[in-house]
Amino acid sequence: MMKAMYQNMLGGRSGMIGLLILAAIIFLVLPLGLDLFRLNLVGKYLTYAFVAVSLVLLWGYGGILSLGQGIFFGLGGYCMAMFLKLEASDPESTKIQTTPGIPDFMDWNQLTALPWFWEPFHSLTFTLIAILAVPTLFAFIIGYAMFKRRVGGVYFAIITQVIALILTILIVGQQGYTGGVNGITDLKTLMGWDIRTDSAKYILYFINGALLIAVILVSRVILGSKFGMLMLAMRDKEERVRFSGYDVADFKIFVFCLAAMISAIGGAMFTLQVGFMSPTFVGIVPSIEMVIFAAVGGRMSLIGAVYGALLVNYGKTVFSESYPELWLFLMGGLFIAVVMFFPNGLAGIYDKYEKKLFTRKPRKGSASAMSSRTLSDPQPGPVRDAASPPAKGMGISNQPVN
Amino acid sequence: MDGYTTSELWSIFAMQGFSGLSLLSVLLLMALGLAIIFGQMGVINMAHGEFMAIGAYTTVMLSKVALEYGFGNYYFLFAIVASFGVAFLVGYLVELGLIQHLYKRPLDTLLATWGLSLIMQQAFRSTFGAKEVSAELPEWLMGSFKPTETVDIPINGVFVMGLTAVVCLGVFIFLFRSRWGLRVRATTQNRVMAGAVGINTKKVDRVTFALGCGIAGVAGAAFTTIASTGPTTGSLYIVDSFMVVVFGGAASLMGTVLSAFGIAQAQSILQFFMDSSMGKVVTLLVIVTILMLRPEGLFAAKVRR
Repeated sequence: MMKAMYQNMLGGRSGMIGLLILAAIIFLVLPLGLDLFRLNLVGKYLTYAFVAVSLVLLWGYGGILSLGQGIFFGLGGYCMAMFLKLEASDPESTKIQTTPGIPDFMDWNQLTALPWFWEPFHSLTFTLIAILAVPTLFAFIIGYAMFKRRVGGVYFAIITQVIALILTILIVGQQGYTGGVNGITDLKTLMGWDIRTDSAKYILYFINGALLIAVILVSRVILGSKFGMLMLAMRDKEERVRFSGYDVADFKIFVFCLAAMISAIGGAMFTLQVGFMSPTFVGIVPSIEMVIFAAVGGRMSLIGAVYGALLVNYGKTVFSESYPELWLFLMGGLFIAVVMFFPNGLAGIYDKYEKKLFTRKPRKGSASAMSSRTLSDPQPGPVRDAASPPAKGMGISNQPVN
Repeated sequence: MDGYTTSELWSIFAMQGFSGLSLLSVLLLMALGLAIIFGQMGVINMAHGEFMAIGAYTTVMLSKVALEYGFGNYYFLFAIVASFGVAFLVGYLVELGLIQHLYKRPLDTLLATWGLSLIMQQAFRSTFGAKEVSAELPEWLMGSFKPTETVDIPINGVFVMGLTAVVCLGVFIFLFRSRWGLRVRATTQNRVMAGAVGINTKKVDRVTFALGCGIAGVAGAAFTTIASTGPTTGSLYIVDSFMVVVFGGAASLMGTVLSAFGIAQAQSILQFFMDSSMGKVVTLLVIVTILMLRPEGLFAAKVRR
């Protein structure tokens, strides 16, 4: 039992070391080495890491490329922001408005009452449930409609992208209900606890880090289980899994919903740490950028995804501050380089050199070492692309749709 | 829709219809290129919008040169050809350097071409500046004519329509009536067999990709007659054109034409009656819903994959 847990959850020796290093960096090195402003930035990057981790599950293992993870990040973030905004706009502090007690942007847009879908967000319990449930439900609807009809691969990517676009246009267009292009800003307190103070920022950072580690552990358990095996099998030979009697669509829907939920947690933590939420984190561009975090870190590596998110965002901050012109060139080059030369990302490079450094490990033949190898984190071996089970055309199979 | 009389409604439909037709032309030209690249080759070219921008910038540059030397009235026809040529050439090089290594990995192509589009956008910004530039239209393209009192149809829209029709016809002849098209279709249907009967499939890929890019360049030239060009112009159209191709059924030219017509018209007419963002949202939502019910698009080509 203990051993199984050690293997599955921590990914054996190398997986555990990787996780411990990551935890040490998040909880010790960064908080001690950075001032609060920088640490808050790192906290923001770590909320993107949730999305990157979800993409490792979905894309790296599931072979489903979603270009709309921003949808779920945004939904989670907006749910949190709605609660905080309602708390910030109590009748006392909004008494200069025409209608006190409603968020300021509604007042600016001549709304005189709180829209019905804002009402439940007075309750923290409801909000917390909504943060997890709304994106998951949304993902379920999309996933059910698409995977049951065997839409996959490229088509799935394009359609998720369009949904991200639709959501952005809606949020921007419906200013009175959503805060429009500025998003929901001026968030102050959570149940009376001021989230803008220094101590709150530290606490939120640590909560964020702990949640991230927890998400990685849960993902490991899932990937280490039979389900994880099935996912790999589905990615590489979907037809064969189907012919073995599994309902491929159900598994895909599950992993898509899971990824949505993980992204939503990231979104909610983003709102708490950064203090606002806006449509810039929902649309097509952020969604694709989130894919690059996972790709840079290594699409098969949960831990690598976190480093990917940290490094790319750090680079973005540094370059867009000092050489804004160069940044897009670099970002574009990064996309191309990762795809062409390092399909396994940082984790792949690490794995290559780790092997050279630790060549003394002789226990290759033992069965347990083998199995932990295939499931543990940085996976060696060529990455077969997701949507290219050969003969599958563009993701729509030729069989009659049932 | 109350508050309008029937004749007013007809005028609105006619005028929004025609403004829809200009949008249709650009969208259709973009989508034609994509239909060739995506439908025939299965490559997702996220940088397709930037190829359109290449065409547009080429036209703008040429219009500047033309004004200088005083042949501003005739340059446009030449600019169309030049836009095609430049975009074709860049497309050819991109295929050579990037795309050809990624045919087996469609999702990776998507990411790589997205990266390419970022680089190209920044290149436009560094070269031509962040501000939007517009071409000097020749005189014969300006103005409008009025068939009735309330309807007002711009000439450039009609010209662009004609251009689109010509390009459509050209693509049709190329794909379905020429030797080259035969090779392209053979490669699509069965790459290995096509290779076995002596078709140079690599060369076919290269020319097909470059051709798709070239048509995007023509779309750019057409675009300059209805709006001004900025570094991110192309990215505004990329999602829409993908929708057109997917909705029409990849690999079906007829489907592409019809779906471009439907999408552009729906968008343009809805935008009059709702605000413009809602018009777009409703159009996209309807398309996504239809695609969920009928994933293969309106016209599925019978291709063995």
